[in-house]
Amino acid sequence: MGVYINKDTKVIVQGITGSTALFHTKQMLEYGTKIVAGVTPGKGGTEVEGVPVFNTVEDAVKATGANVSVIYVPAPFAADAIMEAVDAELDMTICITEHIPVLDMVNVKRYMEGKKTRLVGPNCPGVITADECKIGIMPGYIHTKGHVGVVSRSGTLTYEAVHQLTQAGIGQTTAVGIGGDPVNGTNFIDALTAFNEDEETYAVVMIGEIGGTAEEEAAAWIKANMKKPVVGFIGGQTAPEGKRMGHAGAIISGGQGTAEGKIQAMKDAGMKVAATPSVIGETLIEAIKEAGLYDACKTH
Amino acid sequence: MNIHEYQGKQLLRQYGVAVSNGIVAFSPEEAVKAAKELNSSVYVVKAQIHAGGRGKAGGVKIAKSLDEVREYAKELLGKVLVTHQTGPEGKEIKRLLIEEGSDIKKEYYVGLVLDRATSRVTLMGSEEGGMDIEEVAANSPEKLFYEEIDPVVGLTGFQARRMAFNMNIPAKLVNKAAKFMLGLYQVYKEKDASIVEINPLVVTADDNVLALDAKFNFDANALYRHADILEMRDFDEEDAKEIEASKYDLSYISLDGNIGCMVNGAGLAMATMDTISYYGGSPANFLDVGGGATAEKVTEAFKIILSDQNVKGIFVNIFGGIMKCDVIAEGVIIAAKEVGLAVPLVVRLEGTNVDLGKKLLNESGLNIIAADSMADGAQKIVNLVG
Repeated sequence: MGVYINKDTKVIVQGITGSTALFHTKQMLEYGTKIVAGVTPGKGGTEVEGVPVFNTVEDAVKATGANVSVIYVPAPFAADAIMEAVDAELDMTICITEHIPVLDMVNVKRYMEGKKTRLVGPNCPGVITADECKIGIMPGYIHTKGHVGVVSRSGTLTYEAVHQLTQAGIGQTTAVGIGGDPVNGTNFIDALTAFNEDEETYAVVMIGEIGGTAEEEAAAWIKANMKKPVVGFIGGQTAPEGKRMGHAGAIISGGQGTAEGKIQAMKDAGMKVAATPSVIGETLIEAIKEAGLYDACKTH
Repeated sequence: MNIHEYQGKQLLRQYGVAVSNGIVAFSPEEAVKAAKELNSSVYVVKAQIHAGGRGKAGGVKIAKSLDEVREYAKELLGKVLVTHQTGPEGKEIKRLLIEEGSDIKKEYYVGLVLDRATSRVTLMGSEEGGMDIEEVAANSPEKLFYEEIDPVVGLTGFQARRMAFNMNIPAKLVNKAAKFMLGLYQVYKEKDASIVEINPLVVTADDNVLALDAKFNFDANALYRHADILEMRDFDEEDAKEIEASKYDLSYISLDGNIGCMVNGAGLAMATMDTISYYGGSPANFLDVGGGATAEKVTEAFKIILSDQNVKGIFVNIFGGIMKCDVIAEGVIIAAKEVGLAVPLVVRLEGTNVDLGKKLLNESGLNIIAADSMADGAQKIVNLVG
């Protein structure tokens, strides 16, 4: 189980012949992900790593019945790649590419209105359902199958949290990296909604960072709707105002998007918030113990 | 990327957006020459630095003669201007904008910014011009108006007029104001801006609607398709270490503390700074070496950290996903040997090839303190720096 992807998910790799894509295609295949097709315009009819390559996403879908794609296409062409996936009516497309111009994403979001495809990212590590399907760039070996969902704006910080959970004997259902860009597809509330409905997920870790108001909105949603314990962490507590911290979306401006405000919103929603990233795992354990879910979540 | 006011106004002129006449000057002589050319009775001598609050800090002078223009230019050029946005160290004035004075009847505010909640560009406007828009938003939110822009059709005429009416621009000037806003959106969109602020937008005694100031910020991710904007970059306005880092595609931000940080991933880098602060230390920088770092990139990152005189210790925190720990270790060793390592170095490695990475560090003969976790590493470096 888990959310969004599972052992039956059939994946297309867009931009499969690029070096980063090739490296990660191998890693995903090793993890057991069903990669059924690649797409590189002009390379149709060839094969890489035993995966057939097509010229268009549409061709790849027709030939293989794929339902999800992952995008490693360079930034100047990535927005187009997302729209191609949407046009092919995939269930989901996961865009790993970083540095996409934000106005390109504004157009993409407009193009997606009324269409069926879910976008995860861009500028994200991808999505992984432990032991079933890994789509993206995260290290697979730190994940263990279990009952905790993870949703995060940051890649390496997700690895940090998952690693702590696994070391503490707490397995995970799905980890969703929603990405660090100001305009993205899936947001916290989307992922939380999916985790709320997923029977295998008993608790959730939510990792946010400075900038924007997505965490505040998610906290309000949690207070009103969430049936499962959610613990939080906010990165960038010591970041000065006006400095963009790597992610295009991670900036405090005009007093908006501060870590303090987000942490307070989470606490107001009844969430436990980890004071440092090193205690995200411990904080989750505290929460599931209080909810009487520790034994159910302990997997190894 | 930010540009200067005079550059922003050049851009606006290209798009037919009204601005006052002005010429940039790099010396008092050029300032006088510019004023002669403008041939006005009143001149404004404006310091050009990448920070707001110049007026209050004494960076904007009104001159009534060519002699006064020369005097003010002499006074301002080379002076360090401290505004509420520059930090206490201030910024040296190296360029001036000489403008003809305008007879201002009223000041307004107009801005364009991305609204993350709607994923749309939003036009903002207010009749409360000349002050911080954050203050207006906090104190009199009823005077701040918004128009959400559909990217398919762009800002529409009726939206621009509605905004002008909401801002209480005199009815006879509403069409001029609307034309101004439509042009402004055109620049924003075609040049991939991320923020444009006209504060103040003014209505003059001779019934013009024009930009008295212009603040532009551009999307760094889109600069590859705007050579003209990239040419406006002023390296004098940027931190030397940040410029060096950008050459190697490293994301580096200078901070005030004394513990240098090298981390992979922006989120983890921020969280590492937070952890250092939590244990009583103070980070000297934010540095994300990125996902695809090579040994060379790591070496350069290390050199940049060590070029900061305030750095009394370094904490390397790597969670290798794509990033392999042995590559990081190799880079650290090369850099430490090349630059010479006079300060304590704590390294926390986790992830792909972690054992190989640790082995390389141990066998390097360098004085490197290993840490088991982020918290452990942060505590160790804080104690060592003291």
